[in-house]
Amino acid sequence: MKVAIFPSCIVDTIFPEAGAAAIRLLERLGVDVDFPLEQTCCGQMHLNTGYESRARKLAQKHLSSFNQYDWVIGISTSCTTMVREFYPQLLGATTAEVGGSGKFLELSEFLLDVLGITELEGTFAKKVTFHTSCHSLRGIHLGDRPQRLLSMLEGIELIPLPKSDSCCGFGGTFSIKNSAISTVMMEEKLANVYWTGAEVLTAADSSCLMNLSGGIQAAKKQLAVMHYAEILEVATRHSQKKLLNHSGEK
Amino acid sequence: MSKTSSTVHGPNGSIPKANTWLLRTEHHGEERGRTYFKSRSTREIRNLQMRKNISHATTTIREKRKKVVSEVPNWEDLRTRASQIKQHTLANLDVYLEEFERNVTKAGGKVHWARDAAEAREIALELVRESGASSVIKVKSMVTEEIGLNAYLSENGIEATETDLAELICQLAGDESSHILVPAIHRNRVEIRDIFEATFAQKGSLEADPPKIAEAARKHLREKFLRSTVAISGGNFLVAETGSVAIVESEGNGRMCLTLPNNVISIVGIEKVIPTMEDLEVFLTLLPRSSTGERMNPYTTIWTGRPPAQMAPEKETTEDRKSYNIILLDNGRTRVLSDEVGSQALACIRCSACLNVCPVYERVGGHSYESVYPGPIGAILTPQLVGDELAGDLAFASTLCGACYEVCPVKINIPEILIHLRSIHSDHRRDTMSGNLERGSFGIVGIVMGNTNLFNIASSSVSLILKYGGPLLNRVGKYLPPINGWVESRNLPKAPNGSLRDAYRKGTLDDLLKK
Repeated sequence: MKVAIFPSCIVDTIFPEAGAAAIRLLERLGVDVDFPLEQTCCGQMHLNTGYESRARKLAQKHLSSFNQYDWVIGISTSCTTMVREFYPQLLGATTAEVGGSGKFLELSEFLLDVLGITELEGTFAKKVTFHTSCHSLRGIHLGDRPQRLLSMLEGIELIPLPKSDSCCGFGGTFSIKNSAISTVMMEEKLANVYWTGAEVLTAADSSCLMNLSGGIQAAKKQLAVMHYAEILEVATRHSQKKLLNHSGEK
Repeated sequence: MSKTSSTVHGPNGSIPKANTWLLRTEHHGEERGRTYFKSRSTREIRNLQMRKNISHATTTIREKRKKVVSEVPNWEDLRTRASQIKQHTLANLDVYLEEFERNVTKAGGKVHWARDAAEAREIALELVRESGASSVIKVKSMVTEEIGLNAYLSENGIEATETDLAELICQLAGDESSHILVPAIHRNRVEIRDIFEATFAQKGSLEADPPKIAEAARKHLREKFLRSTVAISGGNFLVAETGSVAIVESEGNGRMCLTLPNNVISIVGIEKVIPTMEDLEVFLTLLPRSSTGERMNPYTTIWTGRPPAQMAPEKETTEDRKSYNIILLDNGRTRVLSDEVGSQALACIRCSACLNVCPVYERVGGHSYESVYPGPIGAILTPQLVGDELAGDLAFASTLCGACYEVCPVKINIPEILIHLRSIHSDHRRDTMSGNLERGSFGIVGIVMGNTNLFNIASSSVSLILKYGGPLLNRVGKYLPPINGWVESRNLPKAPNGSLRDAYRKGTLDDLLKK
């Protein structure tokens, strides 16, 4: 089983700690994971802003970067949605399928559905609230997989976020093109986050987190923002027991 | 044929100007200016009362919808079926429209064909004049708004009265509607009481209590229902196999309009036809649950040809006293049909579920879209009906969060169409400086991202830019477009310790991890 990580260009350039955490976590689980350096960007920003032909070129390049892998694990739900849900329309269903858009999984899908993980040894004694990104909910239909993984940790207190199914207002270039609306949506989302009293805000998408942490810092609030892969990694870092206790193929 | 329609068809299939009546932008005669969603919504979003009213209403209706939809075990199958019926009908539109026409004619009605708004308005005016009436009553209809019918009739000395409560509120207040189903959603009960007292009710005579307000409207309208000889309606569905028209409503005003006056005129978009009565069953299950969150709407009127006079049987003594005319409107629809991605929008049954779940609509209200069709459906329908040039930035009025697609009873992939329209828009902006600037920037970014070596260099420099420029930009960026949109309310990300790929290459991944 050849496994690659697809951290997304945002994680690669701005939030590398999330990508490093995902790689180390996978290794700890006995997965030999590569970071193919030919990958750049999946083309989502170009497509969503109205530059379809450029997006198509990026999409083709993106798929070919992962030719030799069986699974490509994403840690950004909107980027995995782009590949799995939008490539068939952008490139044509057959091209996308042959190119392997179906082998792109989100980290929690891989851990739960492929590896079959049922327990994790690790502690994270903090109050945490999880922001469900639009693409995790309605793009790749992750359901509560990331939360299920988080709740395997000792000491973690997962506090449900009110109105969790509404958008944080990022929307890529929407945040700049329609900044007034984006700001109101972001502030209302953050008001709910603050209301939970959580010490850590987490999500399966670094772009939502870039938006929300930008707002938290501008408001000078004290609230840690972490990708959920970072929580899983930091919690299991000093685990003595072999972490992997699964039924999945290797 | 009208004078207007024969002169407005531009070269290369450009949009006839008469079709742009659905825009609520500056106008001079038949000419309309483009929409400015960004500036209008930035203004509207400051109206906190409006936001409160809309948020309250959409939250309520959203919860109701969720509850009644969960009661239908085969909801997803019904959506799929509805989508298939619509796709099939749209692919064979000519066949079903002709079948519909034959059956209406057989049942004593008359079918008129209108290519655009101007033609439809003229046919309607002519029909009203033939009846000798100087006023008409109206069943709520989006398509009559699309063609600007009320204003046109009024210019020609015919007074049109809206009989749907919310539509009446808008008419009396001189407001534009802000929601497809609930046009006065931006108003609360106190405001409505004040509107009534400023128009037909006596000052101080009303309480801001919904039953009292409705009672006052009922009394005001009763006389109009009884006196009017002409009613104008839209139509939710046209059934080809029988030539029937179906109207779904909640207040009974539609039933009154369709049964009391001697003459009924319907104006309906050509995309509203469906093949059979059996198909109608699918839509009558989906529509009320999706739109008002009811299991069934209170009034469904289905008639064929000349409508029956249930409310006033004495009027049925001679057959020729009741006339039925239906105007089938194109107004850009056949052009939309030729766009493989965009034509999905013609499947819309105007339930407005997409408005009620849209986080953008909830904050900016319907007026921001500067079109008869607001919300997500408006953002995909308006640009296609009026053309990209006049639709401005409407296709960008969305975060692409996908909530609209999830609830759409006919499975219109709204995010996909928005993305498609954005590409058309960026293509059209080649002749503007800002358009070319954006295109150029995305071109450069595209080249960098399309080349691994260039991307390696760029990704390493992002941390340096953020490290040395970030704190400064957080302070002064609000004066620098386009970054101002971000830093007005958000800080830029903190600078990372180099890129992930650099760390991976050097074997220093552990240095990136949180301590």
